[in-house]
Amino acid sequence: MNNQISLPSYLEQSAAVRERFDRLKAREVILEVKQLGKVYKSNKGDVTALQDINFKTHRREFVCVIGPSGCGKSTLIRILAGLESHTSGDVLLDGKPVTGPGRDRGMVFQGYTLFPWLSVRKNVMFGLEMNGMSASEAGREAELWLELVGLERFANSYPHELSGGMKQRVAIARALVNQPRILLMDEPFGALDAQSRAKMQAHLLEIWRNIDITILFITHDLDEAIFLADRILVLKAHPGEVQELIEVSVPRPRSAEQFVSPEFLATKARLEALIHPPEAVVETKDDEVKPHMIRFVNVADNVE
Amino acid sequence: MNLSSWFAVRRELSPHKRTMLGVGSFLLPLLVWCIVSYVPVVWHPMVLVSNPGAVDYFQVGMLVDKATYNDELAGMQSLGKAVPQGEPANPIYLPAPHEVARALYTAFTTAPEQRDGQWLHESLWHSIQIIFWGFVLSSLIGVPLGILCGTYSAVSRLNEPFVEFFRYLPAPAFGALAVAILGIYDGPKIAIIVIGTLFQQILIIANTTRKLDYALIEAALTLGTRRLKLLFHVVLPGILPELYRDQRILLGWAWTYLIVAELIGTSSGITWFITQQARYQHFDNVYAAIFIIGLLGLGGDLLLAALGKKLFPWDRPANKE
Repeated sequence: MNNQISLPSYLEQSAAVRERFDRLKAREVILEVKQLGKVYKSNKGDVTALQDINFKTHRREFVCVIGPSGCGKSTLIRILAGLESHTSGDVLLDGKPVTGPGRDRGMVFQGYTLFPWLSVRKNVMFGLEMNGMSASEAGREAELWLELVGLERFANSYPHELSGGMKQRVAIARALVNQPRILLMDEPFGALDAQSRAKMQAHLLEIWRNIDITILFITHDLDEAIFLADRILVLKAHPGEVQELIEVSVPRPRSAEQFVSPEFLATKARLEALIHPPEAVVETKDDEVKPHMIRFVNVADNVE
Repeated sequence: MNLSSWFAVRRELSPHKRTMLGVGSFLLPLLVWCIVSYVPVVWHPMVLVSNPGAVDYFQVGMLVDKATYNDELAGMQSLGKAVPQGEPANPIYLPAPHEVARALYTAFTTAPEQRDGQWLHESLWHSIQIIFWGFVLSSLIGVPLGILCGTYSAVSRLNEPFVEFFRYLPAPAFGALAVAILGIYDGPKIAIIVIGTLFQQILIIANTTRKLDYALIEAALTLGTRRLKLLFHVVLPGILPELYRDQRILLGWAWTYLIVAELIGTSSGITWFITQQARYQHFDNVYAAIFIIGLLGLGGDLLLAALGKKLFPWDRPANKE
């Protein structure tokens, strides 16, 4: 890359961006993770999945978690959701320790996990009804949130009649209708094609801008992380530890043109360096497989 | 027609071909039966005597072994006496299709031979009641228990080892015991059907419950669903279409215990009809009765399948991603 020299440092922030981060950090802390650790007991001995994770998210912050496969980012979000237990440290939501799953932390999964026996509207109403709201009131609320994700016309459809992107919109509405303090998203757009993915990213930012919600978003897509996040938590594998908490210097509001802006490229270069360090490439298992290429076609028959 | 289009591995056939083959699956055995019944050179191990000739123990309408008939024929020929006459026939236990078809009709229109006997439709109705109550009783215990076993490990560990053991015990083995406890009428018959169905039912439904995607439960948990609500609002509706399919299979299972069950205590229902008819060697009626059992079973299942499609509109192959 010849343009690498011309890139600014990813740490460099414009005045507007710096001011925004100052305001963000002045807001109250929603989620605090202190010295979080997770050790699995297995037949081969103890396996450390997460070790000494520390970070805070402030109200209405958008945090992305990124890291190589096996860094425990899914384990982290599942612990935050209360679906898995941790073995050391604390998870505090509004200062109170998290003990199990609860409606104060909404979750959107990669596999859509909509209830196939319920219509779209009933899916969105589910959380409200489970927590004692009457059907008519829940129905009205659901209507509102379906409108927000643009699916009011599909309120009576069943999930199997929707596309992947639409299903994920319903899942977002279903989580948000409970008005959680934080929305946990575990690679929610991982199964979508590139086009619906871009659309959903823009749509998610739109939702985030308009309602009081803090988002913790897991992805393995660097562009997605930079496009969405205020700050990016970079994890490393074996054991899963925080490598860096990067403040994204790309100004808001974000748009697709920024993918080639210097701030964007600088941040991406930094993430690349953290996640795919050049020396580590030799150690990966994939590289032990060395294909021995044999030519099966005529010497004159060239494709390039 | 292109042969390879019929034998593409794991590919569904066109609706036209499916219907054709479906009809064929019934016509094929019928065709074999017709050939055996109507083509004299195929099988026909007996001879129906139409003229006894000089053989003193032959009578008109008597069925004799072909070998015996040939012996007597040769004997009479060598003695120069009148030879017997007859035509090849099948044994009495294999009536021809048209005889069974006629019996299917006359069985419903003929009054019972004994005064206290039952009409065929009365026998059938009695059998259906036995099946119904056996299956309902079994389901009342088996369905909830199976769902609990599939949902809670503790219930499963406490129940399933014993159920696994019990399901290998043949239900008819409890016949004498059931009579001693429940008398000789319908009680022990229903009990046999329950014993035959219940233990399989618990295991099958527990397994179905375990197959529910755990991610749905996790999703419900993060939406604030707790304990019993999880069972009634996620597990139960989630497995309902599969549960319904299981119940259809298990109902077929219950049918297979019917005949054994009805032989216990006083013989009753369709079994009584079959044994009575067999005693008088009315094998056309026996076949007709067996045929009706099959028809009721298959018809009932098709009806339930159609009802299932109406009941579970969300249950589509697309959901089984």
